[in-house]
Amino acid sequence: MIDKKLRGAAAVVGVGQAGIGMATGYTEMEILIQAAKRAVDDAGLTMQDIDGIATASVASTMWVMPVIEHLGIRPTFIDSTMIGGSSFVAHLMPAIQALESGQCNAVLVCYGSTQRTSTLSRSAIGNMRKQMDPQPYENPYNPLSPLSSYALAAARHMHQYGTTRENLAEVAVAARKWAQLNPEATMRDPLSIEDVLSSKMVSDPLTVRDCCLVTDGAGAFVLVRADRAKNMKQKPVYVLGNSTACWNRQISSMHDLTVTAAQQSGKIAFEMAQVKPADIDVVEVYDAFTINTILFLEDLGFCKKGEGGAFVSNGNIAPGGILPVNTNGGGLSCVHPGMYGIFILIEAVRQLRGSCGERQVNGAQLAVVHGNGGTLSSQSTAILGTAETL
Amino acid sequence: MTQNKSLSVGAEKHYHDQLAQGNFLIQRCNDCSKSIFFPRMVCPHCGSDELEWYAPSGKGTVYSTTVVRRKPEAGGDYNVALIDLDEGPRMMGHVEGIEPDAVKIGQKVQAGIRQSADQNIVIFTPAGA
Repeated sequence: MIDKKLRGAAAVVGVGQAGIGMATGYTEMEILIQAAKRAVDDAGLTMQDIDGIATASVASTMWVMPVIEHLGIRPTFIDSTMIGGSSFVAHLMPAIQALESGQCNAVLVCYGSTQRTSTLSRSAIGNMRKQMDPQPYENPYNPLSPLSSYALAAARHMHQYGTTRENLAEVAVAARKWAQLNPEATMRDPLSIEDVLSSKMVSDPLTVRDCCLVTDGAGAFVLVRADRAKNMKQKPVYVLGNSTACWNRQISSMHDLTVTAAQQSGKIAFEMAQVKPADIDVVEVYDAFTINTILFLEDLGFCKKGEGGAFVSNGNIAPGGILPVNTNGGGLSCVHPGMYGIFILIEAVRQLRGSCGERQVNGAQLAVVHGNGGTLSSQSTAILGTAETL
Repeated sequence: MTQNKSLSVGAEKHYHDQLAQGNFLIQRCNDCSKSIFFPRMVCPHCGSDELEWYAPSGKGTVYSTTVVRRKPEAGGDYNVALIDLDEGPRMMGHVEGIEPDAVKIGQKVQAGIRQSADQNIVIFTPAGA
């Protein structure tokens, strides 16, 4: 089940972003290609060096084909697996296996969305999805998708463990404080616990400030075998562990709304990496909603089940706290273009390179990246480390 | 009891056809005896395809609840809840007959059927009300 030979077998050697915030006048393909070009340049490679690709789209089921066409490449490894926002973390393991087997030599993982400025609105896509990808036992009740599913999880966590709306608000405030240190972040105004509590309720107990942003944005990274990574342009960031889990699609099919499949993906990823949560310097989790951060810190083992609310409180995950979490400002305050998973990986790479400026976590050597997809449906955990951690 | 394998249609169509006639039916596995919702073709607990249809008691307990906030002119707030049926499975539903934010986790509810848009749906009301 766990192939420890693959620990550190591949490294991220290039990252790039484009169109963060608003990309007025550009298509999602165009900003994706800009991000891809930046990632390949960052790696010191040319586009012709890319012979593996992984990508996914919210709307287009055959997305990898036009991406290949735009890039002008002829890859020997192609992965278009789409499991929601965690896809770009989940793309790691198949890519590592393809690199290790010699199927390819340089994999580009990329994503872009103009969800904010596109003429095709989110509600239009949502209505189309109801036709293309029906959920006949939930759709008739008109839950806000995906918001109400996370609201149900938050309500249950509050009931079962005494988690409070103030605890949830702490997550949003910590994310904002990190965003204030990140010049690329979309939302950098001050935000207080009171601001979160008094903002507009959308689906109880979640207010608009418990919810991620709707922005444009594209991200890309390049993965190569570790032996090659050593002699490239950037300080390599090694993939020490990766695992993906999915137990359900619908929130109504989830066995326990307080326990996600991150327990499985996290356990396997940590075992593969041969490290434990206490060893981790920086954590990047997919915070589509404030409850996510609490659930994933619990499920990944940073605190006990039910104690996540207290764990994130008193500024514990904010700058200067006990554990740096979502140091770019997260989906809550930095960027969230439909699917956010690639941006947590890029931020972890930047932290481990030591290139994060004001928000840099001093001496960061080990990072956890945790992606979520659907409505607490797919979960993918990666452990990244510097050369010192090999 | 109707056996799923004896039907000439899939589980989803049978469920909705029965609901359209005013019947709320769920499935039970003949091999492991567990009840199942949503309707499907094999038991998610044991993999058996020996599933039979039956009418549950309609009794349930609120597992979680939220209020979708909506402007009054668009129809106002409404409840979306997850209900654990007494027979075991969980399903989504509206809890109606009380204010949407008065619905509490742990509350006992009773299933009913009403029309919504162009179809019948299962809804819940407070038990004993």
